[in-house]
Amino acid sequence: MAEIPILDIQGVGKTYVLNDSRIEALRDANLTVKKGEFVCLIGASGCGKSTLLRIVAGFEAPSAGQALMWGKPIAGPAPDRGMVFQDYGLFPWLSVRENIGFGPASRGRPKAEVRDTVERFISLIGLTRFADAYPHQLSGGMKQRVAIARVLANDAEVVLMDEPFGALDAMTRERLQDELLELWQRTGLTVLFVTHSIEEAIFLSDRVVVMEPGPGRIASAHQVELPRPRDVASPEFNEVRRELGLRLHSHHAKKAA
Amino acid sequence: MSDVTLTQAPVARPVPALRLWRRVRPVLLSLIVPLLLLLGWHWAVAAGMTRLIPSPAEVAEYMVDFAVGGIWDDAFSATLHIHLLASASRVYGGFVLAALVAIPLGLLIGRNAFVRQLLDPFLQLMRPIPVTAWLPLSMILFGLGARSAFFLVFLGAFYPILLNTIFGVKNVEPRLFEAASMLGCRGNAQFFKVVLPAALPSIFTGLRLGLGLAWFVIVVGEMTGVPQGLGAVIMDGRTLSRTELVICGMIVIGIAGFISDRVVVLLMNRLLRWSPSHHG
Repeated sequence: MAEIPILDIQGVGKTYVLNDSRIEALRDANLTVKKGEFVCLIGASGCGKSTLLRIVAGFEAPSAGQALMWGKPIAGPAPDRGMVFQDYGLFPWLSVRENIGFGPASRGRPKAEVRDTVERFISLIGLTRFADAYPHQLSGGMKQRVAIARVLANDAEVVLMDEPFGALDAMTRERLQDELLELWQRTGLTVLFVTHSIEEAIFLSDRVVVMEPGPGRIASAHQVELPRPRDVASPEFNEVRRELGLRLHSHHAKKAA
Repeated sequence: MSDVTLTQAPVARPVPALRLWRRVRPVLLSLIVPLLLLLGWHWAVAAGMTRLIPSPAEVAEYMVDFAVGGIWDDAFSATLHIHLLASASRVYGGFVLAALVAIPLGLLIGRNAFVRQLLDPFLQLMRPIPVTAWLPLSMILFGLGARSAFFLVFLGAFYPILLNTIFGVKNVEPRLFEAASMLGCRGNAQFFKVVLPAALPSIFTGLRLGLGLAWFVIVVGEMTGVPQGLGAVIMDGRTLSRTELVICGMIVIGIAGFISDRVVVLLMNRLLRWSPSHHG
């Protein structure tokens, strides 16, 4: 018997109704993700990549098909699927420590356990000195580290990331990409990562899923076979980048024609 | 770490004299306009431009008598604390009552569509009626006296607190609800862990405006024949043509209102340390 995938998206579609007009954001998306896999969704805006992510998160219900986790339909947001937003979504009135402890505390974990978990993750992301700082006192990179730690501290099995590094400067973005990969390799997490950067997708993922707009749908998927750690300046990396770039642009060219 | 920036970054320490000047400067700057006004007032009275307004020196002298007595020894000597206490108790009583009603009501209206549809149109209809217009009705309903003043203060403080609470509740970042629910905090728990803290800055803005209005309204409220209170002092001063008494009452209300506002601001900065627009 085939292994049950951690995520199984079966013919998922999403149509919004806005003042009598129907907008089809996503049509017939099919995707399975194995435990421990790092999958990037890439595509131009309007291709439905964020919609797909939000359906997996449980923030939105699909209008067609179904999204399964461990074979069970996803019904609403839950701690096993943690979302990392581009705009962080941290609670501004809570310190770094309290933000990371929010999930475990909400789920009624014993105080001592929450404290231990929080300390472990604060040192993991290197923010021990800022444990009592509030979000507005942190840089963008630090905020995003807290957002990632908050999800991991809450025992998320799947981490959903919606262009998490899009608002960061190039240097910080590279650092966080490295840190994320290290975390991923150490913990065996499953990551579903939305980006519009081809380089970021190839650098991070096992598999790149290309999506295209009008209506949003999955166009193709590409296994990235490059050995890790990957060197963005290597000829092999560039080869993959060119290939994927052509693929992305051909979709658009077809659309334009 | 390269991307570590804390807003309270250490600043190079200036020399002590410079540091003292930096502290004194804002105080000196803030005194310029009041002093000029005082000077203009003194000059205008001295030049005989008006006979009905006493000079600043006379008002100051009367203020001392009003506070501790021993100069004129009339009906108002050494009575400041009685009037101040009477007014303050009405201001704070009406204000606290307004807060106790307006905050829960605002939270309900902001969160619950049924309560909103039930009450919002009515409250919006009542809102444009000025507190002063309520004076005659309030005298009929609550009689001549303290209860009427209390009611008017309540009414004056009620709307700013209510409207700001509703605003705060309705403007919680939707993202924060998503974040809370994916972390396992749902339903009613979100009210206390997300809605309330997120609305707190707006609630405080409402409280601050409400308390300001409470001091504003108290004079009107105490025109209804109460024997004590700063508003009564001002009214008595008017009927007796004792302008120095009127001015003394005005100054005391100004100072009392200012101090109570500072207390709210202090409390607010303490409770809202996390907010970039409130800390410090």
